[in-house]
Amino acid sequence: MTALALRLRRSRHLPVVAAAACTLGLLLVGSLYSRNFLSADYLLLQLQIASFLGLVATGAMLVILLGGIDLSVPWLVTVGGVMSAAAAGWWGPAGEWLAIPFGILCGCLFGIVNGIGVAYLRVPSMIFTLGINAVAQGLIVVQTGGFAPQDRATPAMHLLATGRSLLGIPNPLLVWIVVGACTLFLLHRTTLGRAIYGVGNSERAAYLSGVDTRRVTLLCFAIAGACSAAAGVLLTGYSTKAYQAMGDAYQLPAIAAVVLGGTHILGGRGSYVGTVVGVILITLLQSILSVMQIPEMGRQVIYGAVIIAMLLMYGRGRRHSQ
Amino acid sequence: MREDWRFRLREQRACWTAAALFVLIFALYIAKHQTGWTVPVLTTAANKGVLLAIVAMAQTLPVLTSGIDLSVGMVFVLANCLASHLVVGTPLQAAAGVLVVLAAGALCGWINGAIIVYGRLQPIITTLATGAVYFGLALGLRPVPGGDVHAGLADALTGALPGGIPAMLVVLLAVVLLVWVPFRRSAVGRAALAIGSAEAAAYMSGVNIGRTRLVTYTLAGLLASIGGLLLTFVTYSGEASAAIGGVYTLNSIAAVVIGGTSLAGGAGSAIGSVFGALVLRTIGDLLFVFDLEPLWQPLFQGVILLAAVSLGALRLLKVDNRLDLFK
Repeated sequence: MTALALRLRRSRHLPVVAAAACTLGLLLVGSLYSRNFLSADYLLLQLQIASFLGLVATGAMLVILLGGIDLSVPWLVTVGGVMSAAAAGWWGPAGEWLAIPFGILCGCLFGIVNGIGVAYLRVPSMIFTLGINAVAQGLIVVQTGGFAPQDRATPAMHLLATGRSLLGIPNPLLVWIVVGACTLFLLHRTTLGRAIYGVGNSERAAYLSGVDTRRVTLLCFAIAGACSAAAGVLLTGYSTKAYQAMGDAYQLPAIAAVVLGGTHILGGRGSYVGTVVGVILITLLQSILSVMQIPEMGRQVIYGAVIIAMLLMYGRGRRHSQ
Repeated sequence: MREDWRFRLREQRACWTAAALFVLIFALYIAKHQTGWTVPVLTTAANKGVLLAIVAMAQTLPVLTSGIDLSVGMVFVLANCLASHLVVGTPLQAAAGVLVVLAAGALCGWINGAIIVYGRLQPIITTLATGAVYFGLALGLRPVPGGDVHAGLADALTGALPGGIPAMLVVLLAVVLLVWVPFRRSAVGRAALAIGSAEAAAYMSGVNIGRTRLVTYTLAGLLASIGGLLLTFVTYSGEASAAIGGVYTLNSIAAVVIGGTSLAGGAGSAIGSVFGALVLRTIGDLLFVFDLEPLWQPLFQGVILLAAVSLGALRLLKVDNRLDLFK
């Protein structure tokens, strides 16, 4: 038993296992409150909601693995939503499906600008993505004329966000599964994946080993922008219309999910499985807090305290003397 | 002696650049303003600018140690809500209220520091989470905007002194002289900079890293609560708004960068951040006097911010060894 515990502590899987245990614990606490928490319907609904956060967290994780951080999530999500709805308005029936890639492309373009700033201009990612966030906000305000846009989500977007096409699995969850599988493949089976971990550990060493570290950084930020925008497109389909500041609720939970899943905030270490567990954990926590009808105040306090408490359990750094 | 003077100038070049930029923009603002250099205009500008300046000072301290405090905006909001309850009544009660608000801010900062030092968690994620907690507390204190503040005190601090000097600027000067200057000149301040430049080396040299961090974050909380207190005097009410907290946190980081403090830590000063904050605020006002269509203002502000932080890329032109690009 102790040998197992010791091996677990030495391995890199401890955070994932601990986060999964916390998720199960949360479910048990919830089921004491109401039987519904263990029903398949409720769990599928939670996974459907989690897939929006899951998409954002996928992009956030890639950037965090590099040792950066993407603070442009709120308005890139909005860019995805607003631009896809707007494209649907411009192109009429022909744009019904085309609107989806267009929204994602817009987010990807912002991501590329992020990448250029961080990789080639060497501006710290925290401040550059903040600036892009402000620019994206400005562009959306100009584009929509300062009002809530009248454009509605197309039926295709609605279907993608709320339908259940395969075996009763919600479509957004399918999207997340596909994106997640691609990310797993990218991180563990490609040279780009190795390069991402390499840059996160030591960009100098990666550069000296022949990795074009700046292109790797650029690519990750582009993917992160696309992921945020994709979440925005899905969210627009889910709520049938795009609105300003629709992404405000995603920045902090995305970073929290990545970190709770065991990815090191300074980069170089972490697994995608952990991020998945972290996303589910955060979504369940939010759901349970709202089902228990705790006022907003208590929700914020518990939310923050739970993150700190869980990180204190398994996310602590090393002592100086080590 | 002359070399010494040159060295100091070079060390504080970023700070002077920010100051020069502020003077330039502010001159433009006054020149374009309808009424120009009058006491009410100056007082309004000072009231708005000093709030961000003090929060930016708060942000500077953790950044110097290569940390970051993403909860400054929320401590600011919490102090605002607390002050709208406590700083009322007789002068004596109001004074006690002020002390309680400042103590609460320092406590918030101390909690951040304690989790980072004793819990050994990363500052960025710690303060993200504690920020949510502080905002929740603020929401508990003020579910809806409202409250009151001691009118005499508020009028005195947000008005102008005889001679037309905005009282807020005197407050800012006092905060700089009472908090930043003693900190910078103390062993703790030097230790904070040492941690920021090379933590392992500082540890080996016997710097008490834990205590230094604790002091730094506590002071950041204290400064943020001073800002929140002043906000109460400006608005005469308290409001628990996530948007205000978020905007102040993000602008404080931008102000720190414009003021020449390196986000990697180890170099910079709170004075630079003060000017960085004033620059940011004046740019916002500049759009107003130039009659730009309100629709374009957020975009313009974003582009200016982006351009300001990208200016640092000019140093890349001087890099001889490409390896120096990567830390």
